[in-house]
Amino acid sequence: MISVLLFAGLAEKAGKQQIIIQKDQTTIDEIKIELQEVYGVDAAQNVMVAVNEIYTRGNAEVRSGDTVAFIPPVSGG
Amino acid sequence: MSELFKITKTPIDVNELIQHVTRRKAGAITTFIGTVREWTNGKKTLRLTYEAYIPMAERMLSQIGQEIKKRWPDTEAAIVHRVGTLEITDIAVAIAVSSPHRKAAYEANEYAIERIKEIVPIWKKEYWEDGEAWIGDQLETVSYPEGKPSDLQLAAKEGDQHD
Repeated sequence: MISVLLFAGLAEKAGKQQIIIQKDQTTIDEIKIELQEVYGVDAAQNVMVAVNEIYTRGNAEVRSGDTVAFIPPVSGG
Repeated sequence: MSELFKITKTPIDVNELIQHVTRRKAGAITTFIGTVREWTNGKKTLRLTYEAYIPMAERMLSQIGQEIKKRWPDTEAAIVHRVGTLEITDIAVAIAVSSPHRKAAYEANEYAIERIKEIVPIWKKEYWEDGEAWIGDQLETVSYPEGKPSDLQLAAKEGDQHD
């Protein structure tokens, strides 16, 4: 399984902060499609992606045990 | 002195933060204290909520500490950011930097807050009299115009050329 984390406005839109994907492997783009189709969350733009707490770019492959976080523009400070 | 890069749910103790960078080699300690402002562009804020991806946020704060050490070799930094509901005037973030001479401590401290606003996964929700909203992109630049962060935002520990 792959754990998907949502934050701030994305979590509010989805109505949850964590989504579990029951697959051995998938890709960031596949997850984005699922977020859009199932949860109405647009993570295609203005969202950074971190896999296992490290920023990644592009359509990375992820595997069971990975944590994928969708990070909208940050506003700390 | 020990490493301190952390997200906290309780009020920030600035003196404790200073302790973490105090050392015999230092001739200067700068502190930055970010507080909750009541008025922004004519709009009155009632309170704020900060949310963080805590383990990654702490990892990124620590990365900022390492970036600072690379750019200003003789410095020590400590950073604490608060999450949860904060009232006007509460401390949201505190940064302490020590260095043998003051210039590096000033510069590194400013660098730290700018980097926090770029790469640390923390989000602020503002509550006004007539509504609420998550605030994105405090730098007021176009955020991730290509749907991805810029090199600058991703700049990792080595070869960071942010300026």
